[in-house]
Amino acid sequence: MDTLFGIPTAALIGQLVVGLINGSFYALMSLGLSIIFGLLHVVNFAHGAQYMLGAFVAWGLLHYLGLSYWWALILAPLVVAAFGILLERTMLRHLYAVDHVYALLLTFGISILMEGAFRLWFGVSGQPYPNPLQGGIDVGLSFLPMYRVWVILAGLAVCLVTWYFIEKTKLGAYLRAANENTPLVRTFGINVPRMLTLTYALGVGLAGFSGVMAAPIYQVSPLMGSNLMIIVFAVVVIGGMGSIMGSIITGFALGAIEGLTRVIYPEGAGVVIFIVMIIVLAVRPNGLFGRAH
Amino acid sequence: MHFFSQRTNTVLLVLALVALLLAPLVAYPVFLIKLMCYALLAASVNLLMGYAGLLSFGHAMFFGTAGYAAAHAIKVWGWDGSAAILLAMLCAMAVAVITGLLAIRRHGIYFSMITLAFSQVIYFFALRLPFTGGEDGIQNVPRPEVFGFISLADNTTLYYFAATLVAAAFWLIYRIVYSPFGQVLRAIRDSEARAQSLGYQVLRYKLVIFVLSAALAGLAGALKVITFQLATLNDVNWTTSGEALLICIVGGLQTLLGPVIGAAIIVSMQNYLVAMAEWVLIIQGLVFVVVVMLFRKGIIGQLYAWLETRQARQAAPQEAQSQAERQSRSQTGQGA
Repeated sequence: MDTLFGIPTAALIGQLVVGLINGSFYALMSLGLSIIFGLLHVVNFAHGAQYMLGAFVAWGLLHYLGLSYWWALILAPLVVAAFGILLERTMLRHLYAVDHVYALLLTFGISILMEGAFRLWFGVSGQPYPNPLQGGIDVGLSFLPMYRVWVILAGLAVCLVTWYFIEKTKLGAYLRAANENTPLVRTFGINVPRMLTLTYALGVGLAGFSGVMAAPIYQVSPLMGSNLMIIVFAVVVIGGMGSIMGSIITGFALGAIEGLTRVIYPEGAGVVIFIVMIIVLAVRPNGLFGRAH
Repeated sequence: MHFFSQRTNTVLLVLALVALLLAPLVAYPVFLIKLMCYALLAASVNLLMGYAGLLSFGHAMFFGTAGYAAAHAIKVWGWDGSAAILLAMLCAMAVAVITGLLAIRRHGIYFSMITLAFSQVIYFFALRLPFTGGEDGIQNVPRPEVFGFISLADNTTLYYFAATLVAAAFWLIYRIVYSPFGQVLRAIRDSEARAQSLGYQVLRYKLVIFVLSAALAGLAGALKVITFQLATLNDVNWTTSGEALLICIVGGLQTLLGPVIGAAIIVSMQNYLVAMAEWVLIIQGLVFVVVVMLFRKGIIGQLYAWLETRQARQAAPQEAQSQAERQSRSQTGQGA
């Protein structure tokens, strides 16, 4: 099967893989956003900046401490989550009581601040980060780079573990309850502020994790977050904000669609997600998996 | 508006108009026009946000679309300035109708996200369509004539033309806000379900104010392009929407003067720091954070709040006095 519908199969599978890689980033990022929004009702505009922070922490760990990618995979999300905890405890927490738009504007301001600071420090060009998994596997139809396969599998695994944690474990149930009916849950003796902080830290940690995974593929640059965020917001709108599984499925699906579009009609690749968004909104105003708010 | 007497209000208004007329003598006219354009853009966002409760992240799409339309009309078709501005506003309104029909149905943050996403679609079109010039934009747009005989080549003439239009736009905003239509909008913002139960066609009202807001943003965009003779991708970029929001927040949401003061501060700051692009971002981010955490009402909002407490305190002794009179009257009534 050298060609499929007139397109070389190798190219098709290659772009599909790239699409799924993008999809795993979309899924991870929109998962983080959905967790933070669904539970805290805060749109974390700083998500892209925290993703960028994760990548820079990984780069910094390698550059200054000589720690490899595998160390960074564990440490960087923790560092970014710690930063998220700091942000939540000092500033975000005070905004839960007022209109949620202020929390959005705060995170928006934080994202601009971080981008400016990193641009000042590093300039806009990217820093290279070495590929930790060289080589690839030949699956007959196409040649798949090892690292890309790892990204897809790791991304999917983390998404599913997070979903399981939120939906099926006791701590996840506490998180959901604390965000849904805070006063009642407080009377049960559960430390609600800590739950809220943990929620934010989890979402932010996911962003940091995505950043580390992205470092070998994309240049580690201060602009990497804002470029991604716009698409991630569209993904979240399509999937329906607040739905955990919805974000995961939509992320991977849109990544695949984008990849296929790149092969079939390359000019449309940049805008296909938004076209899908318009169609979905016209048919299902709450997104594919969202509930009416 | 209700803090001072009618006479004080009129005096202040006259002073403002005089300041507007004499401003080109003390400041560079092009800078003043830039200030007015951004104030108008922020005012259009404020109109939607403060009085209708709809936070739009995509106003850059109206600003930029109108800019491209005006640039194309003037440069390629050789249109008169006034016709180009009208065309620009109509284009912005058309975009608003199309995006509004899909966005209006959602509330709160979903509405904001949808406007942001649509803004990105427009950005993509601006990047790809041949007539917009992609990364280069539309450059060297000649200064047009207006009404056939007034040439806008001179900066000062252009300033007075722009000032007239912007003043008219602000007057329109004032009339919209303090009108029955504006009252209904506020009712919708405060409780949509109740407004609907009273029989108001909520979606229609929202769409109308969305389109009006887009028209004003379009006017700002067209004026900006005529002044700077350049229409670029930056005009449709979401950072422009972000700047408009920043101006609104700093000046004060739900106030008419807020966008003006906010624009004065932010545009001046950008001008001052033009050599240090990263510092502009850092300072803007810091301003966002500080204002949201500490001065949520914005400058004008804080001023109004202070005036209100002062008024309440002045009325309080009178209240206490009349209450005491009532009490003594009822006491003597009981005694007798």
